[in-house]
Amino acid sequence: MGLFSSFFGKKSASNAKERLKLVLIHDRVNMNNGTLELLKDEIIAVISKHLDIDPNMVKIDFETQGRSQKLVADIPFRSSPTKKNR
Amino acid sequence: MPSNVLTVTSGKGGVGKTTTVANIAVALASEGKKVVCIDGDIGLRNLDVILGLENRIVYDIVDIVEGRCRTRQAMIRDKRFPELFLIPAAQTRDKNAVSPSDMIRLCEELKAEFDWIIIDSPAGIERGFKNSIAPSDIVIIVTNPEMSAVRDADRVVGLLEAEEKKPPYLIINRLKPELVKRGDMLSVADVYDLLHIEVIGIVPEDENTVIASNKGIPLAIEAKTKSGQAYRNIAKRLVGEQVPFMNLESGSLWNKLIHLGRGG
Ligand SMILES: Nc1ncnc2c1ncn2[C@@H]1O[C@H](COP(=O)(O)OP(=O)(O)O)[C@@H](O)[C@H]1O
Ligand SMILES: [Mg+2]
Repeated sequence: MGLFSSFFGKKSASNAKERLKLVLIHDRVNMNNGTLELLKDEIIAVISKHLDIDPNMVKIDFETQGRSQKLVADIPFRSSPTKKNR
Repeated sequence: MPSNVLTVTSGKGGVGKTTTVANIAVALASEGKKVVCIDGDIGLRNLDVILGLENRIVYDIVDIVEGRCRTRQAMIRDKRFPELFLIPAAQTRDKNAVSPSDMIRLCEELKAEFDWIIIDSPAGIERGFKNSIAPSDIVIIVTNPEMSAVRDADRVVGLLEAEEKKPPYLIINRLKPELVKRGDMLSVADVYDLLHIEVIGIVPEDENTVIASNKGIPLAIEAKTKSGQAYRNIAKRLVGEQVPFMNLESGSLWNKLIHLGRGG
């Protein structure tokens, strides 16, 4: 049933819009959709060499304004229990 | 008034470029403008039949470029208007027979005589596309409210940016208001959100389009149909008139949106 409704369900336009948003972002920066995950891993690896960040909390994503794109990263530090206990 | 070279392109094929060129051309001609259309789709000539001029072709654009005829000899006059002409594409020749600089040269020559030079671009982003945009001052991208057409339109916008052309205008063709209403077709606002280029026309799906092409009489010759009216409105906007968008979508939120966004 879930499958059926996902094929033939109403409001497919919002589906199209969401999918297109992502496709256009990747087309515009000329990057395949899977590459972002790779990039994220590499960024985490580099930063972790110098800072104690929490890899699970890292968010890296494209943001669109008009026709321009930017990459936005949110990289929180690991909340250290030793510090907290002080 | 200085002449304008207008190119109609799309990326994806079959979205309505040729139909758009024919209709804008007759709409401008019926406003008394001197108009010449150039079919840029070498090997897949079509604008001649949509305009109903296919039986009068002797020479084509490749004959002009290769010097087998004078430009004037290849221009077919549309007898319905005093000043509407077509330069047909070659049907049999190599696509590379015409270059971007040939197109620029030809348009420079035509500017002496015409208010509007309208180029029908082929689909794709290859040579024919490059030929078509090389001489243009104004580019219109035609799209349909549909995944692949919007995606390809965005590619073309990117290519035009790279060529440092002025930002193109957008025509959204084959809009089905009932589908938009029930949420199963991208709305005009959705397409604008995605592409962010100025909308100059919204043309509804219209079965009269097929009838018009059967007869070789573009709909914009009259304002009897919604799509014919839509093309006439586009022509008016091109000459600088402020024409509100027809109420195709319920609520006409789009009109408000557009007026807020660009003051007209
Ligand atoms: N608004 C419309 N409503 C219905 N059919 C349309 C509309 N616009 C174009 N068509 C049809 O779509 C097909 C492709 O149009 P065409 O102008 O040849 O596209 P292109 O030049 O982009 O390949 C034609 O059969 C045409 O009649
Ligand atoms: Mg065509």
